[in-house]
Amino acid sequence: MAAVSIRDLRVHLGGQPVIDGLDLEVASGEFLVLLGPSGCGKSTLLHALAGLIDVAGGSVAFDGVDQTWASPRARNIGMVFQSYALYPTMTVAGNLSFGLRARGTARAEIAARVQRAASLLQLEPLLARKPAQLSGGQRQRVAIGRALVRDAGVYLLDEPLSNLDANLRAALRRELKLLHQRLGATMIYVTHDQIEALTLATRIAVLHQGRVQQLGTPGDVYARPANRFVAGFMGAPPMNFLEGRLAVSGGTPRFVAAGFELELRDYEFRAAAPVDGEPVVLGVRPEQLRIGAPGSWTSQVTLIEPMGNHQVVWFDCAGSGWSALSDSDAGPRVGARIALAVSSSPVSLFRADNGTRR
Amino acid sequence: MTSVIRRRAPLRAALNPAWFALLPMALAAVVVYLGSFLWSLRISLTGSRSLPLHDYVGLAQYQRLFANDRWLHSLQNLAIYSPLYLAGCLALGFLLALLVDRQLRGGGALRAIFLYPYALSFIATGLIWQWLLNPELGIQQAVRAWGFPAFRFDWLVDQDHAIYAIVLATIWQGAGLVMAILLAGLRGIDPDILRAARVDGVPGWRVQTSIVIPMLGYAFATAALLLLTAAVKLYDAVVAMTQGGPGTASEVPAKFIMDHLFGRANLALASAGATVMAITVVALLAPLLYARGRAARVRA
Ligand SMILES: Nc1ncnc2c1ncn2[C@@H]1O[C@H](COP(=O)(O)OP(=O)(O)OP(=O)(O)O)[C@@H](O)[C@H]1O
Ligand SMILES: [Mg+2]
Repeated sequence: MAAVSIRDLRVHLGGQPVIDGLDLEVASGEFLVLLGPSGCGKSTLLHALAGLIDVAGGSVAFDGVDQTWASPRARNIGMVFQSYALYPTMTVAGNLSFGLRARGTARAEIAARVQRAASLLQLEPLLARKPAQLSGGQRQRVAIGRALVRDAGVYLLDEPLSNLDANLRAALRRELKLLHQRLGATMIYVTHDQIEALTLATRIAVLHQGRVQQLGTPGDVYARPANRFVAGFMGAPPMNFLEGRLAVSGGTPRFVAAGFELELRDYEFRAAAPVDGEPVVLGVRPEQLRIGAPGSWTSQVTLIEPMGNHQVVWFDCAGSGWSALSDSDAGPRVGARIALAVSSSPVSLFRADNGTRR
Repeated sequence: MTSVIRRRAPLRAALNPAWFALLPMALAAVVVYLGSFLWSLRISLTGSRSLPLHDYVGLAQYQRLFANDRWLHSLQNLAIYSPLYLAGCLALGFLLALLVDRQLRGGGALRAIFLYPYALSFIATGLIWQWLLNPELGIQQAVRAWGFPAFRFDWLVDQDHAIYAIVLATIWQGAGLVMAILLAGLRGIDPDILRAARVDGVPGWRVQTSIVIPMLGYAFATAALLLLTAAVKLYDAVVAMTQGGPGTASEVPAKFIMDHLFGRANLALASAGATVMAITVVALLAPLLYARGRAARVRA
């Protein structure tokens, strides 16, 4: 239960800046999810927080106490490594208890904690096995267990559920959420899975090019992405984009492109007021489009992707490939002309030059 | 259908070109090693002097061997030498491997100082050690010259310590080999495992004893195997440094055998000694090979 504050953090690996002036404040008891494309430095950030790699600049503090140069042991962290990093010559029970034994915890206490972690993670039948005798998912659960047996102030979890089957992943996701509610510990959690990010996080930080692109609640990041990178990264199928201009006449600003026009009635512009003729990029999520409504425009369906309980309908919109969602049975066919309308929920606008939210 | 395939599989394995390529080598190994062992065994049961005879004297040579003070002293020396040499090489080699692995300052120099000796014959490096350990020329003289006139380091010429001087010099040579073997093992350890231990709050020495050394089990067993055979074969270092002296203080079995083969023209007694050593080596290596096989299975 510690607040984590990261100021202007810089980490260089192999002479290259991987984290470049990163600021992040994580409140005590928060569940922060780090999202970002592969290679953007998520694991590197966790390693820097754990004190496993030297930072090139900036500071890390837990509960206001500077930890930038503290040893990993002194930081009191529980960590799940992306590569699991189990101790190969020890049994599962040995892996779970080694940290506690090394810290001189009482025997009975160790046994109780290992027992609790093992039952939570369904590891009881595996306690006597060595890591080499486990499947990938079982190893991953041991790695989670090794972090959870510790009474840590901050837990760093690097893609802890990436190797599990869908059922176990959903079950453990709920267990982690319950555990977080019960422990009230600060958790920093890396994942590629947006469902995990949206369901677990109290806040999401989207990382790209060594910086935090956006930090906010899951709803906020999803509905009001701070820039085009975040907008394109969050959501599947991805947000639809269209380049065009703003038209300001008679009070209500409009978005105008070749053969496409949209009134921006409730749009909250950031910073400066809209200027007539300003180049912008419109962003509309697939679920914000309605098919078959007495629409603003029509288009021809190019592709259908069935998803089980719904389907993704791809079509052409003023030269860009767009997608919308429809019901499985009542949906249109490839080649059909469909009428489309943008539903009332707010769309996104980005500056054409640097991609930040307008 | 499947049964046909199954019946043909061993045939195909036997026709594997790799086996063909290895066959001459395997044959040579069996004929040369087993053949010369059997030949030694045969000669040791005769009364051969400088030329092989084909009479039969039973175990008389073995009785003479174990009544021979010089042989008994050789065995005793080997019993002192082998464990010290093994322990010293493994400990020093492991420390060096750790240092080089962490690329501490001087890592490159350490590698040079300890690995290149292994590539040199001890006949050459033994000479250097002879100078270093010589009381009038080497370390003793140097330390006395620095202002410690009471300093004594005369193991090489001391009846009770000559064998330890040889231990010291050969460890310097053997540790390089151990370092090279363990370094390869250390490089294979996922750095995240060591990081996990640091996050777990495990003290550095405990990381080595509980994680690193067990993970290097196979490499340690391989190194021990090579060291043990080197210890039993110990010959050139003794010849270069002490010629077995002072007196018989640093005699070793291999030197006893060589001396009786060539110097004293006693083929049968030398063969009896060689046979005893061969049987001892097999008896010692069997458990080591077993342990190494186990380590390999655990690792897999
Ligand atoms: N030892 C190293 N030397 C040089 N560059 C490195 C080193 N380790 C990592 N990098 C680089 O640092 C960047 C960040 O790596 P990191 O492992 O933090 O990515 P990540 O966000 O965790 O990716 P993933 O989602 O694939 O796990 C990558 O571009 C990688 O190539
Ligand atoms: Mg990673």
